[in-house]
Amino acid sequence: MVYTGKNAAAAEAPEEPRIGVFICHCGTNIAGSIDVPAVRDYAATIPHVVVAQNYAYMCSTPGQNMIKDAIAEHHLTGVVVAACTPRLHEPTFRTATANGGLNPFRFEMANIRDQGSWVHMHDWDGGTAKAKDAIRIAVAKATKLEDLYPMSVPVEHRALVVGAGIGGIQASMDLAAAGIETYLIEKQPTIGGRMSQLDKTFPTLDCSQCILSPKMAEAGRTPGIKLYTLAEIENVEGYIGNFDVTIRRHARGVLTPNEAAAKGIIGGGCTGCGDCSNVCPVVKPNEWEFNMAPRKAIYICHAQVVPLIYTIDFDACVKCGLCITACGTKKAIDLEMQDELFTIKVGTVILATGYEAFPIEQKKEWGYKLYDNVITSLEFERLICASGPTIGHLVRPSDGETPQSVGFVLCAGSRDNTGIGKPYCSRFCCMYSLKHAHQVIEKIPGCRAYIFYMDIRSFGKAYEEFYYRVQNEGAKFIRGRVAQIQELPNKNLIVVAEDTLLGNQVQIEVDLVVLAAAIQPTAETEIVRRQFGVSCSGDKWLLEAHPKLNPCGTTTAGVYLAGVCQGPKDIPDTVAQAEGAASAASIPIHSGHVELEPYYAQCMQNLCAGCGMCTRLCPYSALSMTVVDGRTVMEVTAAKCKGCGTCGGFCPGGAIKMQHFTSPQILAQIDAFFLGGEQ
Amino acid sequence: MTDEWKPKILGIICNWCSYAGADGAGSARTQYPPDVRIVRVMCTGRIDTLFVLKAFADGADGVLVSGCHFGDCHYLAGNFKAAKRMFLVKSILNNMGIEHRRFRMTFVSASEGAKWATVITDVINTIKEIGPSPIAEERKRRGL
Ligand SMILES: Cc1cc2nc3c(=O)[nH]c(=O)nc-3n(C[C@H](O)[C@H](O)[C@H](O)COP(=O)(O)OP(=O)(O)OC[C@H]3O[C@@H](n4cnc5c(N)ncnc54)[C@H](O)[C@@H]3O)c2cc1C
Ligand code: SF4
Ligand code: SF4
Ligand code: FES
Repeated sequence: MVYTGKNAAAAEAPEEPRIGVFICHCGTNIAGSIDVPAVRDYAATIPHVVVAQNYAYMCSTPGQNMIKDAIAEHHLTGVVVAACTPRLHEPTFRTATANGGLNPFRFEMANIRDQGSWVHMHDWDGGTAKAKDAIRIAVAKATKLEDLYPMSVPVEHRALVVGAGIGGIQASMDLAAAGIETYLIEKQPTIGGRMSQLDKTFPTLDCSQCILSPKMAEAGRTPGIKLYTLAEIENVEGYIGNFDVTIRRHARGVLTPNEAAAKGIIGGGCTGCGDCSNVCPVVKPNEWEFNMAPRKAIYICHAQVVPLIYTIDFDACVKCGLCITACGTKKAIDLEMQDELFTIKVGTVILATGYEAFPIEQKKEWGYKLYDNVITSLEFERLICASGPTIGHLVRPSDGETPQSVGFVLCAGSRDNTGIGKPYCSRFCCMYSLKHAHQVIEKIPGCRAYIFYMDIRSFGKAYEEFYYRVQNEGAKFIRGRVAQIQELPNKNLIVVAEDTLLGNQVQIEVDLVVLAAAIQPTAETEIVRRQFGVSCSGDKWLLEAHPKLNPCGTTTAGVYLAGVCQGPKDIPDTVAQAEGAASAASIPIHSGHVELEPYYAQCMQNLCAGCGMCTRLCPYSALSMTVVDGRTVMEVTAAKCKGCGTCGGFCPGGAIKMQHFTSPQILAQIDAFFLGGEQ
Repeated sequence: MTDEWKPKILGIICNWCSYAGADGAGSARTQYPPDVRIVRVMCTGRIDTLFVLKAFADGADGVLVSGCHFGDCHYLAGNFKAAKRMFLVKSILNNMGIEHRRFRMTFVSASEGAKWATVITDVINTIKEIGPSPIAEERKRRGL
C-alpha cells in the first residue's frame, strides 16, 4: 500500500476533525432505490463534515480522484465513502485515501448498497433514512480514527498441501517447481485420491491410472515435495507467513528405507516385495476396493501405490510376527511403532481434501445395501477396471453373471430437496454415467444401457459431443426420476420411473442397477477447516473468499482451496483450480513478506489493574503479565495477536485498546445512531 | 413519510460471518425491512457489555448481536466468550426493567443470506410487538 505517512493535521491531535463524505450511485444499484442527492445534502449537515459529494461510480478513477483532491482542498482528517461493502472496496478506497496523503486507516465505509439499496429496493423512504444513519455512524467513527501502520512480517519459504488427490498432487508439484519446499500430507497410506479408483476418464476415455500414476510417482520422488502419507493435521497455530502446523503420522508399522537407514539398519526398509503380506494370516476386506476384494493385515491398497511401502492395519493385526520373519534382513517391520507428532513451519497452506459418496442407502426406495444387484458408480468403476477385483469383468454381485441390461440412476441423492439427499448438483455424475453406459455397450455385446436422468449436464469442452456419441451407440435415455426399485426372486430389478417426455410411467427390468450417488465433503474436511478457521457454505463445501473473483482463496489469509473440497468439480477443473491455488499460495512466499492489518490489541498500562483475566481469554496466547515500575500489568505480543478483540471486549477496566475498533470509536458510532440524526 | 412508529434497532455484528451473510442477502436481493442499523466489529468477542448497555441507555428499542456459529468463529471461540457475556446483559436488562427480548444474540454464517433476512424481520417484528423503549419515551418526555 502506498501512502506518504502521517498527515500534518493528525499529528497535532487536538485539531477539529474534518471529514469528507463521498456517496456512490453505483449506477442505478444505489441511486435507483435511494435518494442520493437528499442523502448528500443531509451528510453535509452532520457535525465535522466539511464536504459531501456524490458520483456515479466512486471506485472508478475519477471517483478516486475526487477523494484525493478533496483531501488536499479541504485538509480532511478522515474520509467516508458510502457505497457497496468494505468487504469489496475497502482496499480500493484506502489506497485512494493514501494517495491523497492521509493515512489509509483514516478511511471508513458506510454500506448503503449490499445492506441498503439492494435489500430495500421497494422502500425508497426507509432505504434513504437508513443510508443517512449509516453515514452518520460512519462519520462518527471517522472523527475518531487514528494513523495506523501495517506490520510487515516475513513469510516462511515453505508451503503445506493437505490431501493428495489429483488436486493436492498437482498443487504440490507446481509449488515445488516454483522452488518452494512443499509438505504434502495424506491421511490414506497412498496418494492418488478418488482418481486412482477410476477406470477411464470422460470424455477422452484415457485410462485414469495411466495418466495419474506418472504424476503420483513424480510427486513421490520430487525432492521439493516432502510427502507424508497416513498422516493428518493435529494442530494449527500462527498466521499467514508463519503457520506452525503439527502433523500426526499414524504408526505404519513398516519402515521406509530412509527410516531404516536412520536407525542404522544398512540396506533395510520396505522394498515393497510383499513377502510379509503373503504370510500374514489375517484376511480383511479391502476398503479401497469397496470391500469387494480381500487384503491382509499388512497390505498395500493397490499395485500402484505411492509410496510403495506396506502398511499394518493395527486394528486387525494379531501380532503373530510371521511378517517379521518373512521380511528377514530388511528388518522393515516394527510391530510396536507409535504415532509420531512433529511440527512444521510454513508460509501458506492449500486444502485439497476432496469428497466422499453420500450414503445412498439412506434413500431406501432404491435398495442399496438391501438388494445385491444395486451398486454405486464408484463400485462400478472398480468392477469395470482391469486392475479391479474382477479383472475388469463386469459381473453382478448376486451370482457373478455378466449383466445383459444395466440401469443407471442419475441424480441419486443430488438435486434432491426432500431432506434426505443434497440440493446441489454433483456435477460429474452425468458425464461419468455416460462413460459407464459407453463402457457396458463396448465391453458386453448386446448389453442394454438405460439412463434415467433429470437433465444431462454435458457442459465441458467436448462433453456434448460425447453425449451424442453415447446416444448413437444405442444407450436408452429415460427422462424422469426413479421412484422405486424392486427386486425379483431371480435378483433382477424392476426400475419404476416416470418418463416425463412421453408422459407415462415406465417399469423396466434390468440385471444390474448403478446409482450415481451424490457426493459430499469428507468427514475430515470439517475438522481441517476448523483448524484453519476456514468457513463453509450451507452445504458444507469449503467457502472461497469470493465466488467469482477469488475462487481459490479463503477468508483466512494464506489458506487456499483446490479441488472438490470447495465444491463438486471434475478432474480438468480440479487441476485448473489446483494450479490457481498453487500460484496464489506462492505469491506471499515469493514476495518474502506480508503486511498484516494493524488491528492488534494494546494495553494502556496506566489503566491495567493487573488482574490477568484477559490472558486466559486470548485464543492465541498473545497476552502475558509483566512488571513495569513495580506494578504487574498486561503486555501484548503484537505479532501473535489476530485482532479479534475478545480481550478488549472483556477488560473491566477498559485498559485494552483495540486498534481501529476502539471503545471510544464504537461508542461514538452507537451515540451517533441514537442521539444524532434528523429529529 | 407516514407517522407510523419506526423502531431504532442496533445490530453489532462480526465481520466474518454475519456481516458477510448480510452482504450475501444483498447480492441475492433478498428483501427485508430497514429498521436495523449496523456497527461492524471483527468478532463478537469484541463486544463489551458496555456497548449494549450504552445503546439501551441511549434509548435503543432493540439490540441485536450476531456472529458466527459456534465452532466457526474466525478466531476460534470469540463467539463463545461473547455469548457468556450476553447472558449477563440479559440479566442486567431484566433488573433494569427493560424487557430482555429487546436484546438478542444470533448466529448467521457467511452463506446464510436468507437466514439473515429472516432474523432481521423477526427482530423487527418482536420489537414492534413490545413497543418503544421506556428509556426512549422518557428521553422524549424530558426533551432530550
Ligand atoms: C464414479 C466417479 C467417476 C468419475 N469419473 C470421472 C471422469 O471420468 N473424469 C473426470 O474428470 N472426473 C471424474 N470423476 C471426478 C473425480 O473423481 C474428481 O474430480 C477428482 O477425484 C477430484 O480430486 P480431488 O483431489 O479434489 O479430491 P480426491 O480425489 O477426493 O482427493 C482428496 C484426497 O485428500 C485426502 N484427505 C481428505 N481429508 C484429509 C485430511 N484431513 N488430511 C489428509 N488428507 C486428507 C483424501 O484421502 C484424498 O486422497 C469421477 C467421480 C466419481 C465418483
Ligand atoms: S504380525 Fe500382523 S501384519 Fe504381520 S503377519 Fe502377523 S498379523 Fe499380519
Ligand atoms: S485481540 Fe486480544 S484476545 Fe484477540 S488475539 Fe489479540 S490479544 Fe488475543
Ligand atoms: S469472527 Fe464471527 S463471531 Fe468471531
